[in-house]
Amino acid sequence: MPSFSLSNLYLNSHLKVVYFFLYMPIIVLMVLSFNKAGLPTVWSGFSVEWYGKLLDNESILNAAWNTLIVAVISTILSSILGTLLALGIERMKVNSGLDALLFAPMIIPDIVLAIALLSFFTMLDFTLGLHSIVLSHVVFNIAFVCAVVRTRLKNFDYSVIEASEDLGAGSFTTFRRVTLPIIFPGVLAGSLLAFTLSVDEFIIAFFTAGAGSSSTTLPMQIYSMIRFGVTPEINAMATIVMLVSFTMVFLSQRINKGITQ
Amino acid sequence: MSSVIQLRNLQKVFGQTRAIDDVSLDIQENEFFAMLGPSGCGKTTLLRTIAGFESPDHGKVLLSGEDITPLRPNKRSINLMFQSYALFPHMSVAKNIAYGLEMEDLTKQEIQRRVADVMDMAHLHEFANRRPDQLSGGQRQRVALARALVKRPKVLLLDEPLGALDKKLREQMQLELKRLQSEAGITFVMVTHDQEEALVMADRIALMKDGRVAQLGSPKELYEQPNSRFVADFIGSMNFFDGTISGDRITLKNGTQLSGVVTADDMNHGTLAVRPERICLHREIPQDADNRIQGVIEDIAYHGQDLSVHVAVANDAQRKLARISATLAEEQELKLGESVWCSWTSQHGRLLGA
Repeated sequence: MPSFSLSNLYLNSHLKVVYFFLYMPIIVLMVLSFNKAGLPTVWSGFSVEWYGKLLDNESILNAAWNTLIVAVISTILSSILGTLLALGIERMKVNSGLDALLFAPMIIPDIVLAIALLSFFTMLDFTLGLHSIVLSHVVFNIAFVCAVVRTRLKNFDYSVIEASEDLGAGSFTTFRRVTLPIIFPGVLAGSLLAFTLSVDEFIIAFFTAGAGSSSTTLPMQIYSMIRFGVTPEINAMATIVMLVSFTMVFLSQRINKGITQ
Repeated sequence: MSSVIQLRNLQKVFGQTRAIDDVSLDIQENEFFAMLGPSGCGKTTLLRTIAGFESPDHGKVLLSGEDITPLRPNKRSINLMFQSYALFPHMSVAKNIAYGLEMEDLTKQEIQRRVADVMDMAHLHEFANRRPDQLSGGQRQRVALARALVKRPKVLLLDEPLGALDKKLREQMQLELKRLQSEAGITFVMVTHDQEEALVMADRIALMKDGRVAQLGSPKELYEQPNSRFVADFIGSMNFFDGTISGDRITLKNGTQLSGVVTADDMNHGTLAVRPERICLHREIPQDADNRIQGVIEDIAYHGQDLSVHVAVANDAQRKLARISATLAEEQELKLGESVWCSWTSQHGRLLGA
């Protein structure tokens, strides 16, 4: 039918425009990270020297190390807590009000959460530093891990837990050998997502890092560098961060899809 | 023979409903026992109470004379085959079967040997390394059965074991399960809503209604000697003639007097229950019949080996059903709208209370 193929054509070009709009700036950034000249806008030949310079920059390496520490610890903590939360919530069949509250940390604007966390830490006279960033990241990551694990639990046949118990296993053995392996793809997908979010997160880390450069994370480092203009060095770093995030998101989707089929 | 399972005054209430209402039962060793009933009659709750997944509000469960009421399911020498089979989706068939043995203090060789044995018995060897989602429904059912049997429980509980299979496979598995039961020498307790399944497979049946055992007996007893209208109606098809009872006689609303076997004292209002296959049809009045009643043929359904003839009787809203063999029907040449006499001997009618 001609009308059908016409609308198809229209949809197709719309799709291409959207993707172009979304990804062109990123591609430009990636290309410019290989620019020989120090100017952000004029191409003057291919070079990887900016990537080399990154590795010599003490404060960037320090920030990268901080980011890794925050991301790894907050991911581990939020994966454990988020998974247990998901298991409990799915079993309890809580009312919809409580259910909606679970999503709150995902929906609340980061800036609001950042201010709230900072006020909370100050009220408790809690010293700020990497550990307070970790705790803050755990707060919103629990919600994301929980949401991802819960989608896995929707198709979970709870009778396998009873079957395991019936065959002689205690509750811990049942969790370790039956429940966890079955939901593990969901847990892994959730923790990869949590890791990505933590690596990228700027506002909350910025508010809860406290004074001093010892707890600067990578996004904070980029932010402070950018005040002196965008250099190819920043482009190079952004490219690396983005590749890490992309890989994580891609993996998390692949894993999550894997067991649905 | 001794009782392997004894249920003593079990009670379980869920909110407003009495799921189990004072049930006491003895299940014998090496018996194939069926708990039959409509949905919501408490049969599954009773099964889960024996397995240990529900704890009774009142009463005891004894296994070989030992009170196991407070024990968790993993401490009971009883295994349950789940209706959904509940196979572990992330384990191969062999791993699924070995799982229960790994919870016991056994050597690796012993586990391997017993898994291999049970896979032989259930014809599962070629599927040992497959995952449950790579199996058909019938194969999954055999894995679930093997996984439970390999534990050598004193009692195997089966929750609607054939419910998920198609008709042909179901009939085949009915006999297969019976064979496995007698070979393994294990007591089977099955829950089913399918009366035909219970009749074919079970040694004894407890027919349940509203959390109570309505009647307990062999399939033949339940079919031939029902003690209540509910049992008579649930098992097979049945004709009921409602009326007023005195002695072994019942007077219908249209004045016809019939007689049958008395099942209880002092019944006033009640019914006479007669199986369709016990009824004979005649064109002429059968003078020397114990019981006879006249009606008009309203419907004839052809089943191949036999026919169902529906007969309308005056002043009775329920049509009566006679099941007669095809050869007899050919001789009689029954036609729709024809007036016929139904007759049967008194020993084949049972007088039941209202």
